[in-house]
Amino acid sequence: MADLSCDFVGIRAPNPFWLASAPPTDKAYNVNRAFEAGWGGVVWKTLGEDPPVVNVSSRYGAVGLRGQRIAGLNNIELITDRPLAVNLAEIRQVKRDWPDRAMIVSLMVPCTEDSWKNILAQVEDTGADAVELNFGCPHGMSERGMGSAVGQVPEYVEMVAAWVKQYSQLPCIVKLTPNITDIRTSARAAFRGGADAVSLINTINSITSVDLDLMAPTPTVDGKGTHGGYCGPAVKPIALHMVADIARDPETRGKPISAIGGIGSWRDAAEFMALGAGSVQVCTAAMHYGFRIVKEMQSGLSAWMDAKGYARLSDFVGKAVPNVTDWQFLNLNYQIKARIDQDKCIQCGLCHVACEDTAHQAITATKDGQRHFEVVDEECVGCNLCMHVCPVERCITMERVDDGSFGDWTTHPNNPMRKVAEES
Amino acid sequence: MTRRAVADIEASRLPAEQLRTNFSDVAPPLDSHQALIAAQRCFYCYDAPCTIACPTGIDIASFIRSLATEDRRSAAQTILDANILGGSCARVCPTEVLCEGACVRNGADRPGAEQQPVQIGALQRYATDWVYAEQAPLFTRGADSGKRVAVLGAGPAGLACAHHLARHGHRVEIYDPKSKPGGLNEYGIAAYKVPDFAQAEVQWLLSIGGIELIHRPGLSKTVNLEAMAADYDAVFVAVGLAGVAALNIPGEYLPGVRNAVDFIADLRQSEDLSTLVVGRRVVVIGGGNTAIDAAIQSKRLGAETVTLVYRRGFESMSATGHEQEFAKAEGVSLLPWAQPRQFIGEEDCLSQVEFERTEVDADGQLVGTGAGFRLHADWALKAIGQKLDAVPLAELALHRGKIRVDADYATSMPGVWAGGDCAFSEGDPDKQDLTVQAVEDGKRAAVAIDRALRGEQE
Repeated sequence: MADLSCDFVGIRAPNPFWLASAPPTDKAYNVNRAFEAGWGGVVWKTLGEDPPVVNVSSRYGAVGLRGQRIAGLNNIELITDRPLAVNLAEIRQVKRDWPDRAMIVSLMVPCTEDSWKNILAQVEDTGADAVELNFGCPHGMSERGMGSAVGQVPEYVEMVAAWVKQYSQLPCIVKLTPNITDIRTSARAAFRGGADAVSLINTINSITSVDLDLMAPTPTVDGKGTHGGYCGPAVKPIALHMVADIARDPETRGKPISAIGGIGSWRDAAEFMALGAGSVQVCTAAMHYGFRIVKEMQSGLSAWMDAKGYARLSDFVGKAVPNVTDWQFLNLNYQIKARIDQDKCIQCGLCHVACEDTAHQAITATKDGQRHFEVVDEECVGCNLCMHVCPVERCITMERVDDGSFGDWTTHPNNPMRKVAEES
Repeated sequence: MTRRAVADIEASRLPAEQLRTNFSDVAPPLDSHQALIAAQRCFYCYDAPCTIACPTGIDIASFIRSLATEDRRSAAQTILDANILGGSCARVCPTEVLCEGACVRNGADRPGAEQQPVQIGALQRYATDWVYAEQAPLFTRGADSGKRVAVLGAGPAGLACAHHLARHGHRVEIYDPKSKPGGLNEYGIAAYKVPDFAQAEVQWLLSIGGIELIHRPGLSKTVNLEAMAADYDAVFVAVGLAGVAALNIPGEYLPGVRNAVDFIADLRQSEDLSTLVVGRRVVVIGGGNTAIDAAIQSKRLGAETVTLVYRRGFESMSATGHEQEFAKAEGVSLLPWAQPRQFIGEEDCLSQVEFERTEVDADGQLVGTGAGFRLHADWALKAIGQKLDAVPLAELALHRGKIRVDADYATSMPGVWAGGDCAFSEGDPDKQDLTVQAVEDGKRAAVAIDRALRGEQE
């Protein structure tokens, strides 16, 4: 059995599966249920200064895809709407009841030194393991100069991180907003300010859909809607990219990352960890199916690690980072061709029409007058489109046909910058 | 209930409530959620095999994609544009050998397929049911062309032809010997397949306007085609196969021996199923859908035993495997390789049917083996096929007992076209006697008629 225990910037947990700061971690009742289900830790839903915020009714919008509910989820809920003292007391009690689980407290207060100094002392007093600075929330709070309004200004990120490290002994995780141009700028600022780790991604600014009867965005609050934060399976590729960008940035390489964004299975988690994440945070999947999903996440990760011979998380964390590179370094001599397994082909023709209309006219629709789909090697550029549209598992595969040589753009004759590349 | 040794024929063998259940919708409609899930299973194939398999060429992938985006209006329009009786066909088509049989999700022996086609028939019903419920006007009559067309027969072929002609602005008068329009949809299809549907569909179809229904009892005996062709700009003959083939064996006219189509028509027109009589022991002779429908409906009316006897093997039956399985599941015994030799009476009523075993000889001919057996029967239903029943039509050139038509459905008489079950097409000699094929015949004939009428105008 693989060892799933995790030590993330000094925060210990029996497994790397944490619940992200969000509605599932708003109060002791939910968190107790989460720990009973087996979650390794929680990031308590963001605390703010009293008086508490007020939330609206109608808070979530969802995007489904061909029968799959909640391919993406959008929310317009704000930070906790309960008094600070109530949350702090519950955090203290829960941490006492579950000493082996990670208890991280998410914070969002106005961008003044005193506000941060004041709340940090109270959080530290609860016995919590760490704080996470919510610089990501893209709706509501950002209108008041908090959340992503801070996260979008690297100087603020650095400044607040520095205050937190100055006024607290607790490990400090800075939660980054993806609503920026280059995530590396924010990550660098956080670490410059002294943050121990970053967590990402927070939600992406979005409008879920438009109700064509009400002529209003959803979720609709009395006839009007506003942009909210998008999360769930749909955002995972964006999150993977941002995590990888930080993991391979020379300035932040190897720094601790807690990954967030569409994680719902052990495989999602393993992918983020392969790109350098030391822990993962989950929200939408738990909101969709309940806390019990952590059971399959633990057993799945453990089984996969056993099969691969990884004894502990550190054996594979970051292992895919060296293989994330710039386009210019990809091997231009690598060539693959699509292969259609005629025994598996069900003759739907989707590969043909996709290639014929939108790609390279490399799949025939007939052979000797019969319905038959076959690749024309001379036309196939190995783009994979047919493989992706094919509804049959492993019916279309890609076969390597090149001679094994290497040659990338930096040395390619068509590259006007080639000489510069060679000289540098 | 007492049993009589001979002629045990009576009504109310089952409680009224049971009869109601037995003749209600055999395949209840999908609800919106089921339809969405079913629609989402469609791969939206390119040059889809299901459409190729549909005699009316409905763009099935397109209408299902419309359904998947909750657009029933476009779905209905797509279906009805190609097949104006899409509602009936959704219920009565042998989809297992047409669209659903061709669905790539069947993929026999292919590991990627699931042997479970998209429920195209059920989805087609879902897509169109609202049209009849709301009597939604999806089509409009074309500007009056000044032309008049007579259509003989208000069955699927005649109705489809009339509707297309109306869309092109021609005035249509449909003559039918029956009091209700619909043809086999009204009189010939099993009740549980189309409960209370045929008239709603016809009413909607006629709502386009420009089509007049004329009830003409004895039409097939009295029709004067030449006069009609002179009176109208065109005539379309779609009288179906109303005649019943005779066995020409002893005892055929004994009380208790009936034509299956008459039994089914009685059943379809019955206001009160508890007044309908049925034999205790029923023998059905034939291997088509009429035989199957008659057998199952006998059983559902309360017959104790129902035996369907067919002169060849199961694989030769024109009723599909699906229909055969349905009959077996209903408790009908299927008995192949036997042909009736005589009906035996007792007390002037049918009491037994004598059969002879059959086989295929070395020349491929079906022959009797000489060996025989008898089945006790209070009732025998003959379903051995229908034939053209219209003496005046014999002035048209026939082929294999049907009206011969060319690829444009034109008969040997100028100005007269024909389609549906009564027509043999030189362009499509293997064309089957199916509702959906009749609709396609009517549609294509209408295109040809319209072309001819417009040609005259030029």
